Amino acid sequence: MIPYLFATVMLLIGLYAIVARRNLIKIVIGVAITEYAINLFLILLGYRTKGVPPILGKGMDLKEFASSSVDPLPQALTVTSIVIGLGVMALLVALVLRLYEKYGTLDESEMKRLKG
Amino acid sequence: MKGMSLIVRTIARVVTTFIFLYSAYIVVYGHITPGGGFPGGVILALGVMLLMLAFGREVPLRKLPEGRASVLDCLGALGFWAIALLGLTAGYFFLNFLGKGEPFRLVSAGTMPLCNISISVKVGVSLFAVLAALSIYRRFYPPGGEPPEDMSGG
Amino acid sequence: MEVLLYTLLGFMVIGCIIAVEIKDLLSAVVSVGIVGICLSVIFLFLGAPDIAIVQVVVETLCLIILLRATVQRDDTTIYKYIESFAVATILIFFGVFMVLAYRAFEDLPPFGHPLMTVSQEYLKEGLTMTRAVNFVTSVLLDFRAYDTLGEATVLFVSILGALAVLRRRGRR
Repeated sequence: MIPYLFATVMLLIGLYAIVARRNLIKIVIGVAITEYAINLFLILLGYRTKGVPPILGKGMDLKEFASSSVDPLPQALTVTSIVIGLGVMALLVALVLRLYEKYGTLDESEMKRLKG
Repeated sequence: MKGMSLIVRTIARVVTTFIFLYSAYIVVYGHITPGGGFPGGVILALGVMLLMLAFGREVPLRKLPEGRASVLDCLGALGFWAIALLGLTAGYFFLNFLGKGEPFRLVSAGTMPLCNISISVKVGVSLFAVLAALSIYRRFYPPGGEPPEDMSGG
Repeated sequence: MEVLLYTLLGFMVIGCIIAVEIKDLLSAVVSVGIVGICLSVIFLFLGAPDIAIVQVVVETLCLIILLRATVQRDDTTIYKYIESFAVATILIFFGVFMVLAYRAFEDLPPFGHPLMTVSQEYLKEGLTMTRAVNFVTSVLLDFRAYDTLGEATVLFVSILGALAVLRRRGRR
């Protein structure tokens, strides 16, 4: 259970960065850390002790392989999740660049002051 | 001068070939070895990124203008949809309708290599478009903003 | 194996804390890169070479994009932090969250013994049904291709959004 707790701690650090930091880059970093934590948790859930990767080698027995392989389903979902994270990161950075151009600062509270 | 020094350019020209080769290997053998369409596409975008860093950002954009890049992007997405819809002719959506072949062969597993190739085109070209937009963006600062200095980076 | 896993996990947590707490933005971005590479090594140890490849490649690109947002700003350090009362509230909430998460994890299958109900069928039938040796690909593109299609659509929309935000002029 201890690896799950590590993943939870990482998730909380990411959430803390999103909530408590005022710099926009720090918020983007918090989103990235949260994504890492969730991907890590999914892969940890599918791990089997002394498991082999879910790729059949030549000359392996299928029955033995099926009883010793790690779970392929979370891995398949995590591949897509990581790539979606990259797309979201690109969108966030584009928004940050736009905001910097508009307000000349990366600080959230300054942006509120300059509004209107 | 745009781009970096002669040494960097020469090495980048050689290394980019191998990066593209590795990307093609990862994509085509995706159903036999670790890999697949997603990492192959990202490696493709990274190779173009190396060219962009070494030669200045205009060189890859001259080869692949942004309009053509978005056309290729849509073609990748449409290819995936088309493979899914072609399964409908033989039964249901996403049916693996091609012949399966023998395991451990390059041509096996039906539609999977085709899906991998279309996904890699989609991912690679769309990421390239975003990187190009991010690197070009700096040139268009508002009149009151910072002057657009020379950034040979991306 | 276990010792190595815990060492890497602890290293990742330390990297996250540094990335959040350090004042220099460039150093923060570099720390995020370290965390991502550690994550890739952990995936390799957990029997997921597919994910390791994707993670190491995506991490590189992600770092380039983040550096693009960070470098050559006039001021890359931050001075102001939020007040201590708010931080105390957040920390109390996080403590409650940890306790509840611990209670929830007790109901999960223990680490190293996954609950493989559907996946067992995938592993048994996958070779005869799809003839693909890489089971991750066969789940990704055959058994659960709908998910991949939705994912491709999400990626398409997010990239489209980034391009629309970065465009110079609005189109009337």
